[in-house]
Amino acid sequence: MKALAGGYARAKDVAHALDLLAAADGMGRVLAGGQSLIAAMNMRLSTGDMLVDISRIEALRGVTVEGGTLRIGALTRHVDIGTDPLVAEHAPLLVQAVHHIAHAAIRNRGTIGGSLAHADPAAEFPACVLALGGTIHLQGPDGMRAVAAEDFFVDVFETAIAEGEILTAITLPLIEPGERHVLIETARRSGDYALAGLCLVKRAAGHRLSAFSVGPRPILAVAAMERLDAGDAAGAVQALRNEIDPPSDTQASAAYRRHLAGVLLTRALQDLTGETA
Amino acid sequence: MTEAFRDRIDIALTVNGEPVEARVPAGRHLVDFLRLDLGLTGAHAGCEHGVCGACTIQVDGQAVRGCLMLAAQADGAEVWTLEGLTEQGVIRDLQDAFVARNALQCGYCTPGMLASIKELLDMGGVPDRATIREHLSGNYCRCTGYEAIIDAVETVAQARAGRITA
Repeated sequence: MKALAGGYARAKDVAHALDLLAAADGMGRVLAGGQSLIAAMNMRLSTGDMLVDISRIEALRGVTVEGGTLRIGALTRHVDIGTDPLVAEHAPLLVQAVHHIAHAAIRNRGTIGGSLAHADPAAEFPACVLALGGTIHLQGPDGMRAVAAEDFFVDVFETAIAEGEILTAITLPLIEPGERHVLIETARRSGDYALAGLCLVKRAAGHRLSAFSVGPRPILAVAAMERLDAGDAAGAVQALRNEIDPPSDTQASAAYRRHLAGVLLTRALQDLTGETA
Repeated sequence: MTEAFRDRIDIALTVNGEPVEARVPAGRHLVDFLRLDLGLTGAHAGCEHGVCGACTIQVDGQAVRGCLMLAAQADGAEVWTLEGLTEQGVIRDLQDAFVARNALQCGYCTPGMLASIKELLDMGGVPDRATIREHLSGNYCRCTGYEAIIDAVETVAQARAGRITA
């Protein structure tokens, strides 16, 4: 079908974008890469949006190391994440994720900020940022604020972003010596949404495990993390299966997703250690 | 004063090397602009939500979905469609290989396939079949079963590599 937009304006900078959002009287929609928003508009899941196109704001693009963190601008595209040397060094989990996200032509326009703000429960980047313990930076009429990934994802397509705010960047901790990242998922076809997926991060302080496509939002599997820290792989698989509440749909039943999550954890641990868990 | 929202947007871009100026509705996606406003029907509008790949075109040197980009966002962009790529002769070998290998039947997916493959071949080297398959995973073909398409891409990649080293 064809999109029905209420209006369009191209923002010159973040201040301009915030002014436009304020002027849109609740109908404002931030347009970045558009790879989810325009699809939703074409399907008339969203109509009459006052589009605030932020995609030309250069300040929101690019990857830097500053203040002891890896800072990724919201407009950094999937294809850039996949090839950026700083991301490869400090957040290899994101590079692994890129290969699972849709297809090359979509990765050429889709942005990490857009993926986080959209908060699709089956998306890889939200679960990655959760597993890495990242921080999401927002800017609004009252200034900037930072939200921990644990507090950011609220429900299906729902985040802590308030009306009139824009997601500007993500910061992630720099990698420690010996830190390991594994992203694993199962999808019906290459580039499809995962039936279930996991992000596993091993640091000196312990394991962090997030699961996606198994509920209304990515979750941190804290009970499984505790068992992993205790060296109990079988216990972790059981704990993970207990703490997720996956949906049934045409792609997979809840029982199959729960089973699959456990299988994926066993495989992720094999990847992590190079041995049979 | 904040620049106001508009429901029709003035854009200036180049399409197949020609400068184009137009006023487009805010919700007009790029592939409809090309097809309906410019009469360039090479890129096909298929699923219109980014899944099938039939609308894949080249924007600023990269393959993108024509249905997931608004015409308004193409202001200042350099757009190439199958018509322009054909005229330039830059995918002649690929088009010949498609014919030779029977890599199309109804032809609906072919323009999008060619735009996606062009991006892969432009990266250089000879991709293995798994890489070709993965790169084309976002382009659906309901006729060929893909094998002939993979064959055609592999043949062209090998021929181009041979030309370079010869």
